[in-house]
Amino acid sequence: MDSRITEKLTILADAAKYDVSCSSSGAKRKNENKGLGNAEGMGICHSYTEDGRCVSLLKILLTNHCIFDCAYCVTRKSNDIKRAAFTVQEVVDLTINFYRRNYIEGLFLSSGIFKDADYTMERLVRVAKKLRQEHKFNGYIHLKTIPGASDELIKEAGLYADRLSVNIELPSETSLQQLAPEKNYKEILLPMGSIKDQLVLAKEEKQLFKSAPAFAPAGQSTQLIVGASSENDHQILQLSNQLYKEYSLKRVYYSGYVPISSDNRLPIITEPPIIRENRIYQADWLMRFYGFNVQEIVDEQNPHLDLDIDPKLGWALRNRHMFPVEINTADYEMILRVPGIGVKSAKKIVSARRFTPLNFDNLRQMGVVLKRAKYFITCQTRTMYRQDFDSQTLKRRILFGDGSVRSALLTQQLDLFKQVG
Amino acid sequence: MCLYTYDGTFEGLLTVVFEAYERKAWPTAIEQENLAQPIMFGQTIAIATGEEKVSRVWKGLQKKLSVTALKALYHTFLWEQPGFEMLIFSYIKLAFDSSQSIEDNYAASCVLQVQQAAKQMFREKHRMEAFVRFQKTADGLYYATISPDFNVLPLIIQHFEKRYADQRWAIYDTQRRYGAYYDLHTVSLVNLDLPQNQRHGAMPVNAFAEEEDKYKQLWQVYFDNVNIPERKNPKLHLRHIPKRYWKYLSEKQPRGLQARISQ
Repeated sequence: MDSRITEKLTILADAAKYDVSCSSSGAKRKNENKGLGNAEGMGICHSYTEDGRCVSLLKILLTNHCIFDCAYCVTRKSNDIKRAAFTVQEVVDLTINFYRRNYIEGLFLSSGIFKDADYTMERLVRVAKKLRQEHKFNGYIHLKTIPGASDELIKEAGLYADRLSVNIELPSETSLQQLAPEKNYKEILLPMGSIKDQLVLAKEEKQLFKSAPAFAPAGQSTQLIVGASSENDHQILQLSNQLYKEYSLKRVYYSGYVPISSDNRLPIITEPPIIRENRIYQADWLMRFYGFNVQEIVDEQNPHLDLDIDPKLGWALRNRHMFPVEINTADYEMILRVPGIGVKSAKKIVSARRFTPLNFDNLRQMGVVLKRAKYFITCQTRTMYRQDFDSQTLKRRILFGDGSVRSALLTQQLDLFKQVG
Repeated sequence: MCLYTYDGTFEGLLTVVFEAYERKAWPTAIEQENLAQPIMFGQTIAIATGEEKVSRVWKGLQKKLSVTALKALYHTFLWEQPGFEMLIFSYIKLAFDSSQSIEDNYAASCVLQVQQAAKQMFREKHRMEAFVRFQKTADGLYYATISPDFNVLPLIIQHFEKRYADQRWAIYDTQRRYGAYYDLHTVSLVNLDLPQNQRHGAMPVNAFAEEEDKYKQLWQVYFDNVNIPERKNPKLHLRHIPKRYWKYLSEKQPRGLQARISQ
């Protein structure tokens, strides 16, 4: 076997793995030209790594040569590592051959910055263009937008890619200046804004002409690193909220900082903040699917998410005056706010109660998990508990009471905190 | 006691429904004719599939059930778990006997069971779409073998037909001994009874294209290098890919290169 390509793949897959985005849905790209691939349905995870993350796309860097020196990044200029670069043809061959064997849903291509932003971006676009035009490839393509790349190149990228993303990297401008001196918010937000404008424009054109070319039909996303700088959860979530509202992003990904670098600009940690990352994702979901306002989840008084309970339970414990909620009469929005009841259960409850008044047994049969919910609801004015618990007792009961399961990971990380504190 | 036997097809099962109504003799068991055991008491009625009868039952069902429910019924047939024929029969009888729609009546056990069977089928179908791994043969055919828990091959064909419109491919179910073959125009189902020693459906190594080994190894290299060891989480890993699916996955096979070096 060709050992050079093996070595390149080793280096350039390894360097790309800290980008956590793996989504392959939302493209709606049909195979209509009798070509290769089809991305109209839901995303598919073809495999899972031993860290439990989904492998859906061939996620690689075009090169890990980089002129920037961002402290948190393995690819930074000052890091003494092996460098490699794929040719455009090599990336195309890998993508096509992996796709044909049903290994992947498509390609997620990013790159270190060599020479300058436009030079790098132009190569990325060339890979996507070749796949679409020469190989009639209809699989999923996610391109990273290089900060500082020209508008024209971004526009062209959107014609071939299903998703574009610009990483915001760090949750504040100050941290960015400290850890990534060559980057600034302006250069990151500018392409984000221009992608947003293009998306809006393409959508309007599509309404007028059905044949108008699609522009990144799966939208744009971004990623920021959690735990490499000192921002609290309040600052992080406010930033995401702003990105969702002002740049209509599809997703903000959070990547718990993995200690890969001994750069002295970074905090010394031994383990990635996995639990914190998970809580931030939960909060992100609350904002996008549960109708929560960012201020309800974290504020100046409570700038950190609780590590041992999920943010929805945290909110409920701070707002006991809103409960209990009567399952048979409350609004859908309020049922959605009950800890332990998700979107599916809330919908089932609202449609089932039209036929018959619901009791706790009905809820159980429908598959509603009552472990947390039982403290916050009534069914036909009945409760499962006669006495009133204060919030502290409630938290303890849920965490340590009957049937409480805490993941080994959580216990382990909480123990660590105990040792430190 | 009344045992109906049929030819093992979905049409055959619908004919049984027709005959049972015709005779007003409700089945106590329905079995495939080649699997049926003779019974000591009661009668055995062998049913031959009749096109006219099938279409009358199907039309009747279309009036009573939504497309989703009809699909769920067919998927229950492919589910093949013990008692599925009687389950389908009870569901159909309940549908015909009720004046209202029965689809959401989960209090009736047959409705709940059909819904659960359909859910299991959907999961297995989705897994096969994800975990099938093609190998390219010397004559350019992309070949894969599967042995799913349920008979999902008929359900995954459309997915692969749309996706791989420009390559010849075949998927062979080693357990049920039939496969699907796409010749660049249409998909056909092929019964293929391999001799005993080839039942696992594996091809001799020299039957594969030269580059096959290369891409398999590159995929393994990729798989090993996207992992972040600091975040290792074996429990989550196994929840996503239970061990019984590893046999399909080339990334879960012994590493060719290392294996050869260590020899």
